[in-house]
Amino acid sequence: MNNIVGMFRKSRNVLESGGITPEVAEKIRCPICKTIDIKRAVAKNKMVCPSCGYHYRINARTRIKSVCDKGSFVELDMKLQTENPLQFPGYANKIESARLACGQPEGVVCGTATIRQQPCAIFVMDPQFMMGSMGSVVGEKITRLFEYADKQNLPVVGFTASGGARMQEGILSLMQMAKTSGAVQLHGANGGLYITVLTDPTTGGVTASFAMLGDIILSEPNALIGFAGRRVIEQTTKKKLPDNFQRAEFVQDCGFVDAIVPRTELRTVLERLLRQHRKEVSGV
Amino acid sequence: MMTAYERLLVARAQDRPTSRAYIEMLFDERTELHGDRKYADDAAILAGIGELNGIAVTYIGIERGRDLQERIHCNFGCPMPEGYRKALRLMKQAEKFHRPVICFVDTSGANCGEEAEKRGQGQAIADNLLQMMGLQTPIITIVIGEGGSGGALGLSVANRLYMLENAVFSVISPEGCASILWEDATKAADAAECLKITAADMKRFGVAEDIIVENFECFDIMCEDLKKRLYTDLKELVQYTGKELSEKRYARFRKLGIYGEA
Repeated sequence: MNNIVGMFRKSRNVLESGGITPEVAEKIRCPICKTIDIKRAVAKNKMVCPSCGYHYRINARTRIKSVCDKGSFVELDMKLQTENPLQFPGYANKIESARLACGQPEGVVCGTATIRQQPCAIFVMDPQFMMGSMGSVVGEKITRLFEYADKQNLPVVGFTASGGARMQEGILSLMQMAKTSGAVQLHGANGGLYITVLTDPTTGGVTASFAMLGDIILSEPNALIGFAGRRVIEQTTKKKLPDNFQRAEFVQDCGFVDAIVPRTELRTVLERLLRQHRKEVSGV
Repeated sequence: MMTAYERLLVARAQDRPTSRAYIEMLFDERTELHGDRKYADDAAILAGIGELNGIAVTYIGIERGRDLQERIHCNFGCPMPEGYRKALRLMKQAEKFHRPVICFVDTSGANCGEEAEKRGQGQAIADNLLQMMGLQTPIITIVIGEGGSGGALGLSVANRLYMLENAVFSVISPEGCASILWEDATKAADAAECLKITAADMKRFGVAEDIIVENFECFDIMCEDLKKRLYTDLKELVQYTGKELSEKRYARFRKLGIYGEA
């Protein structure tokens, strides 16, 4: 019941990043165009700056609210718990503070939902939980979701946001890349549709596994998408990289993103694609 | 007992045999094959068709190079996206002709650079993970030196994985880990300890089936033993159907990960 604030909310469709309805007068300043707006107005625009279209990073719950039909989301696999398999120093504390900071037990939320009446399985990574890094629990939850979707004949819509594999779980984190890719393979081999929506930032081991494996790969505008980090590349090659390097538009030009869809249009596009892949529409 | 960091240094040693040495010792009647048929040939991936005790196999190794000139030529064993695509092309070819695939992993990681990003390093590795999982022919991987992160995993989705006794496998280089966590790359030895990267760790976590004893003074004898082991494995694995092999491979990775369930 950590969403108890939401139960007494007056305005139903207002989104905000912290899960708490902002004060009427609370202001927010866009980091790009520097326009100062009332936070409520930005939240109503799905946390996209009304002036310049900057997409604020949003947490998993806010994302679910912004994409799924109201009340349609049913969460799966909530009981998986993170352990400290390597006894990595400081890891237990990091997990605990991440939990407190973002009110989630781990870096991904999985479940089923409808998007404008189109049913799907959905996973949403939370950029605020240890940078959405993938350890055993994240890998296991995503794997289970694909296996569930495979059994239930559901398409999967996945929102990625991650700094990569979680180093505190060592090799086990790395192996989640293979495990999740295997689950995508299983789901896909049986004809399942998988749409990924890359959000800011999608990097490292998540890019090198399930993020890049969608039948259709969408991205939010200006999202950072890459394998190696910009700073690491600059240090290794001693070369200044262009400003738009690894931004969604750049990655689309390189041929690795199908379409860039603003958050405000995402429901429309997802609904259309899901509908077009329904078995009775595709004639199979 | 050697520490994890000592083993890492041994695994990276310049005089250690590279993939080429194993390939020349293990396989007869070799034909080296080049290129990904899309963009280029990546010299960091050394691949072809050969015979192991009369069984035709596809071999794919990450090659670091034996001297400076070779190392520059093959990018110090850091494959580009076209390297992973070359490996995948040859794996698909092997699948078509029901030929087992044997991979050798020895890399500090996938190439990290502007060009690699532009050509989709992440996508290339992701595709390998997915396609290898579904591949309907046996895959055996041997980590002969450093198993560096996603770049090593891109050839490691196998039915069996062996580690040489001083080989390591890690999610991130201990130097990288130390600089992120403690902002001090010189604490790499501590990071190596924390990350649990040794062959024994891999066996304990179920990532590797077995550890291969190193004996570089008698490299031919070591390779002869390895050859026997691979031959026995292949004899066993070829009895399964392609679908069974793919399912077994998935089951192997499916169980990896440690978590609690309330």
